[in-house]
Amino acid sequence: MIQTSPTRAIRFRGRSFLALVLNPEQPLAGWLAEIDAWLERSSGFFGGKPVVVDVTGLGFERDGLQDLITQLAGRAIRVMGIEGAPGHLASPDLPPFLNGGRPATFIDIPASPETPPASKPQGLVIDAPVRSGQSIVHPDGDVTVLGSIASGAEVIAGGSIHVYGALRGRALAGAYGNPRARIFCRKLECELLSIDGLYKIADEIAPELRKKPVQAWLDHETITIKLID
Amino acid sequence: MAEVLVVTSGKGGVGKTTSTAALGAALAQAGQKVAVVDFDVGLRNLDLVMGAERRVVYDLINVANGEARLNQALIRDKRIDTLHLLAASQTRDKDALTEEGVRRVIGELRERFDWVICDSPAGIERGAQLAMRYADLAVVVANPEVSSVRDSDRIIGLLDSKTERAENGGHMEKHLLLTRYDAARAGRGEMLSVEDVLEILSIPLLGIIPESEEVLRASNVGSPVTLNNATSAPARAYLDAARRLCGEDVPMSIPMQKKNLFDRLFGRRAA
Repeated sequence: MIQTSPTRAIRFRGRSFLALVLNPEQPLAGWLAEIDAWLERSSGFFGGKPVVVDVTGLGFERDGLQDLITQLAGRAIRVMGIEGAPGHLASPDLPPFLNGGRPATFIDIPASPETPPASKPQGLVIDAPVRSGQSIVHPDGDVTVLGSIASGAEVIAGGSIHVYGALRGRALAGAYGNPRARIFCRKLECELLSIDGLYKIADEIAPELRKKPVQAWLDHETITIKLID
Repeated sequence: MAEVLVVTSGKGGVGKTTSTAALGAALAQAGQKVAVVDFDVGLRNLDLVMGAERRVVYDLINVANGEARLNQALIRDKRIDTLHLLAASQTRDKDALTEEGVRRVIGELRERFDWVICDSPAGIERGAQLAMRYADLAVVVANPEVSSVRDSDRIIGLLDSKTERAENGGHMEKHLLLTRYDAARAGRGEMLSVEDVLEILSIPLLGIIPESEEVLRASNVGSPVTLNNATSAPARAYLDAARRLCGEDVPMSIPMQKKNLFDRLFGRRAA
């Protein structure tokens, strides 16, 4: 006898979750080392997050795919799906193959200790001379010095550097990567100028520019210095 | 209330000890009660320049460590009653001084004198920083040459950051004393000019002490130059500087080269 029970329709509902997609790169060992470095800084980052591995264009065979999943599992990264693998590789011991994924905005990754949150650039004004041995470090914007920068002193700025006195020490503008930073001074007697990591020492500066008001900027990766009239 | 003055320079051999003795004596000659304190522990010199080296029993370290009373360690000058010396120890080193000990000694000296003049050791390390630590104002000694001026600039930076006064947000008064100034050599461009030094250091000028054999002669006989030969050019420059420290408005003249016939005939010689 067939027992009948009140039929209840099974209802399927669609729901979308934002998955974190990992794009492994060849050589795999190097990529895994990078993952390890990342995990060292932010351990537990992948915990509880849906992770999908996109293997498009990597040409994995079944063994390679299995190995990748094992490697990730060894790092406590549980993969819930594989994207971009040819269908014939599918097997019960691999996570399900997915398709039809749509790109989404980047998942908000917490800032690692090395990258402080970008703050709004702010100028720093120093209304005293910068003395020999002093170091002014201002990563967030321009530095304006109303006095002179002494020989043996240095000013390091994320933005431009403006000196209303003599520049006798070192000026490093755009020191955190900013090729558009400039250096301005009323009297150029510097030991070293640097913009965006490129530098020029005093010996490389044309003698006719010495003790003159100048500006320096980056022109095709070359520090260019011109008189300000 | 006493003024605590540090005589400092960064570079050695520019004339800190000579200037400490000469300024101290000049202030005492003007009737002020003065104590000069040698902070150059391990390389003491001020006692020699003051002519008191055979009368040192206790020193700054003994007082700072509570092994002697200030009264026992202060050496009164034989020539001027109001001038006293607190010598440094020659057998110890700068680590023997503690910040707390120095603070206590300076505090005691403040109560008894009008001027406490601290002769700083060269350098920018512990000894020099302790000498300036509790000062109210500073005399920065520099020679008119680039290394001395750059070192003085470094010291000015420390005066503005490492002194108690600066740390409490106060203003540290600083005066430049340009020593060993040779007018002839400056005229020939072999030395920095007064304007060059002032432009680089941008602090007010207290005086210009001309290069003179009188300075060496005085220090060899153990007498501050202002006492040994008060009418000599360096002595007059130190006496004027001391009057300026007391707030008097004394006109300053830059020593000029007396042109001799040779110079007039051949003009400037190349440096």
